[in-house]
Amino acid sequence: MSDVALQQGRLHLRLPAGWIVAVLVALAVLVPYAAPQTFAWAKAYPATWIVPVSDWLKAFLYWLARDLTFGLFTFKEMTRFISSLFGYALAVPKAVFSTGITFGDEDGAFHIPRVSWAGLIAAVTVWSYMLGGLRLAVLGFVGFAYILVFGQWDSAMVTLSQVLLAVLCGVAGGIGLGILAFRVPRLEGAVVATLDFMQTVPTFAYLVPLVFLVGVGPVSGMLATILYAMPPMVRVTMMALKRVPPELDELARMTGCQPRQVLWKVLVPSARDDLLVGVNQVIMLTLNMIIIAAMIGAGGLGFDVLNALRQANGLGKGLEAGLAVVALAIVLDRMSRALVELRPVHGAAAQHRRRLFWAGLAALIGFTLLSFAFPALESLPPEWRITTGSMWSDVVSWVNINLFSTADALRTFLLIYILVPVKTFLIGFPWVGLLAVVAGGAWSLGGWRFALGMTALIAFIPVAGLWERGMTTIYLCSISVVIASLIGLPLGFLGSRSERMHKFLGAMCDTLQTLPSFVYLLPVVMLFRIGDVSALVAIVLYAMVPAIRFTDHGLRRVPPSLQEAGTMAGCTGMQRLAKVELPYALPEIMLGVNQVIMMALSMLVISSFVGTNDLGKQIQVAISQADPGKGLSAGLAIAFLGILADRMIGRWVAARRERMGF
Amino acid sequence: MAMVTLAPTPDSSPGKTRLSADAPPALVCRNLWKVYGANAETFLRENPEATPAEIRAAGLFAAVRDATLEIRQGEIFIIMGLSGSGKSTLVRCLSRLVEPTAGLVFYEHQNLLRMTPDELIQLRRHKMGMVFQNFALLPHRTVLGNVAFPLEVQGLPKEEREERARKVIDLVGLTERAGHYPRELSGGQQQRVGIARSLAAEPALWFLDEPFSALDPLIRHEMQNEFLRLQRMLSKTIVFITHDFDEAIRLGDRIAIMKDGVIIQVGTAEELVLKPASDYVAAFTRHVARAKVLTAGGVCVPVIPGEPLGPIVPASARLAEVAAAVLSADAPAAVVDANGALLGKLVKASLIADLVGGGQ
Ligand SMILES: Nc1ncnc2c1ncn2[C@@H]1O[C@H](COP(=O)(O)OP(=O)(O)OP(=O)(O)O)[C@@H](O)[C@H]1O
Ligand SMILES: [Mg+2]
Repeated sequence: MSDVALQQGRLHLRLPAGWIVAVLVALAVLVPYAAPQTFAWAKAYPATWIVPVSDWLKAFLYWLARDLTFGLFTFKEMTRFISSLFGYALAVPKAVFSTGITFGDEDGAFHIPRVSWAGLIAAVTVWSYMLGGLRLAVLGFVGFAYILVFGQWDSAMVTLSQVLLAVLCGVAGGIGLGILAFRVPRLEGAVVATLDFMQTVPTFAYLVPLVFLVGVGPVSGMLATILYAMPPMVRVTMMALKRVPPELDELARMTGCQPRQVLWKVLVPSARDDLLVGVNQVIMLTLNMIIIAAMIGAGGLGFDVLNALRQANGLGKGLEAGLAVVALAIVLDRMSRALVELRPVHGAAAQHRRRLFWAGLAALIGFTLLSFAFPALESLPPEWRITTGSMWSDVVSWVNINLFSTADALRTFLLIYILVPVKTFLIGFPWVGLLAVVAGGAWSLGGWRFALGMTALIAFIPVAGLWERGMTTIYLCSISVVIASLIGLPLGFLGSRSERMHKFLGAMCDTLQTLPSFVYLLPVVMLFRIGDVSALVAIVLYAMVPAIRFTDHGLRRVPPSLQEAGTMAGCTGMQRLAKVELPYALPEIMLGVNQVIMMALSMLVISSFVGTNDLGKQIQVAISQADPGKGLSAGLAIAFLGILADRMIGRWVAARRERMGF
Repeated sequence: MAMVTLAPTPDSSPGKTRLSADAPPALVCRNLWKVYGANAETFLRENPEATPAEIRAAGLFAAVRDATLEIRQGEIFIIMGLSGSGKSTLVRCLSRLVEPTAGLVFYEHQNLLRMTPDELIQLRRHKMGMVFQNFALLPHRTVLGNVAFPLEVQGLPKEEREERARKVIDLVGLTERAGHYPRELSGGQQQRVGIARSLAAEPALWFLDEPFSALDPLIRHEMQNEFLRLQRMLSKTIVFITHDFDEAIRLGDRIAIMKDGVIIQVGTAEELVLKPASDYVAAFTRHVARAKVLTAGGVCVPVIPGEPLGPIVPASARLAEVAAAVLSADAPAAVVDANGALLGKLVKASLIADLVGGGQ
């Protein structure tokens, strides 16, 4: 608020200052080009100036792991303790869903079977019916039946057991932290800041230090997943508790509730709907991350997908596993959403609901007990399974034969005319110039101090010796953001104009967002092989959603009176859009673009799998080489880029809204 | 500064519950302030006589200013005032849902503001009940669960609390709906649940914050009748906020009028109509059906000794009830009190003037 006032106050002095800044920025960019010899230091960052941030981080982590002690126990003992705790906890759902329990050795072994596939499918179907009627029941049945019949059951159960435990921990931890921040207002600021940071750090960056401290395996995968999925739950909890009508809090106190009773009997149950929305988010993020965590040994479906990507001819199997991930994600998402919508009922309807619940549970337990006698109920005999591996391979080769030339032409075109020139330009860009551009932009948005902070963020890239990878990241990110916006904004515009289009886009965005990011890589690689183009397409697909959503929403929010005023002033449709609606909706649309950038950055790291050479690649290499310093510094660099974009756009939107009087 | 009626006014006119005139005070507050803003306490301690202008200049806002009240045992005490005049804040100070900035609150001679959190919890569990303007029903509980909630909080076993809750639900006529959830009920039914819940713990002191304002006129009238019926059975001490003077007349024994946080006047409906302390109060009573408010005793004039008198009317009778008799008689009506002693007379011409509002 005060910002704009400041700017306006400065306006009189502004022109000269603005000119000076513009000239300085132009000099910083142009001089290194003009006199490359004299200003060699300003063009390519001198190697001798590089600050060994990676080494420091590495040393710090080694210190943590080797020397840090809390008196009674060391840091290493603590991480060991935590990881063994989660190891034990994970053993339970794993035994229940995935392995069963076997006592004794080969001969006299006594085996308690895992949950029977028939039981689980029946239970999912019945419970889906209870939650969302026939349509959801069909969806649940088809989803799980696909997983069974196509031989993905074993992997899916590994994943499911991890998801269940991670969701449980994420939800419990999130609600706990949220309540703490709600109860102790002094903590709130710190918690919000931590959450902000955690949500800009790319997914992968969590993996690196975890692998180092906890080691490769399902436990560190679980921990990374919980760390990744919990922040939204904390946020949702804080918001949900704040949104409980104050009268309910007064009612609780007036009734003579103890503080504990106020919380658990009134506030938390009243916030049920909002909290369940949080649970849905945790489930989806968990599934997303647990697939990625296959990279550090989480196993399950993620491992199958990963393996397929690594092998030359594995795409067919990968697609099968990928579809199983999709099935699992969609079923879990729709079921948990239906739970949000579920309203309490009474009388016959409630009884019906209760019966369905017990029926599902009975089927689950009944079939599992039966599988003592009929092992086929525990795991489906292989001869009953269908494998489509060969079919998918056929599809892949068909695609290769028939679509490849088209795809390849597109690929080559993109590479030669867009990607390579931009990449070369950006990598050859003088680093001093980059800093100056950022500083100048930030200065015009928020003054000197803001400019200083933003420049420090961008300076991390050259200073830490990450120039080439950092610029590759910026280049891939910016091109994908531009393309995603070029596709997303018109789609959002269409959605705002027609109800049918709006519904269709809504469903499409829902589905796109449900899919774990890893899955996007499969079809893309199929068409474009390994390389920057594949990464680009995957990023665009994944990051497009907010551009569509925010544009649609922003244009829909333009007040009808404003549109009428435009029409009455004699605007044509195009003029009205350009002169009335777009300017009004622009802040909202820019928030969408901001989201696109965030999602693109997180997807960049994942798409480094299909062969880019950016910061994501460095994280990936760091994981495989167990070099935590390199991974962390690359993770920090991406986080800084995210924060930079977020703050700059945030400033711009705030200033713009202020000017429009929101 | 403000005109506040402190002493219990000798109640010349009979209200709804005539006993209350002599009843001992149950809830008393003295010089109660609620000032919002930073360091309000310090400011008020240094400027105990702060004027509104001074308070505003300090960046503070006084929602309740220097309120003094005595609410009697078994009385229905109404608080009225324009929106934002501080009614809800006053009531929340009286129940200590909002911590007063200065002043004293006594309930049955206990200093409410000195109570520890535990004492306060006990007091609220057993002595106080409150009905909220927006119902404040718990969305995840059935009618039964909502009504049993205060008993559950007290730790009563399930069977006992449900049995007691069912009795209160019967009382408000929702027996059939005990298993429904709030969202399945109409506004009127929801408010009945709120009322039942506030009665479940059998409080002696009952706060109602605009309980009927969200209801349509028909249901509102029905609820008022129900309220009176309940009060005849239960005789609680009641503090009732309303915007509606007609409602205040129907229900209340005494009415307090608030403006900008200050209690302007306290009195019976008739006193407010006949002797408004300010134009503000007069504005409140302007559109009142005077025949239903004024009593024969309130408007009668002294008798000239030896004057011939017509029909005899009791002092407590409303003008609406006696008008026909007075107007059809030739001589002025004689007004007598409960013991039959002559208080004064009602003259036709002045009766008509009283009824159309120019009487005073
Ligand atoms: N927490 C608060 N902080 C600051 N001001 C407040 C707060 N709560 C209430 N107020 C102010 O105190 C004044 C009195 O509010 P109160 O709710 O008591 O009014 P009311 O007479 O009950 O009005 P209504 O008839 O609309 O319910 C209002 O001007 C309100 O804005
Ligand atoms: Mg109020």
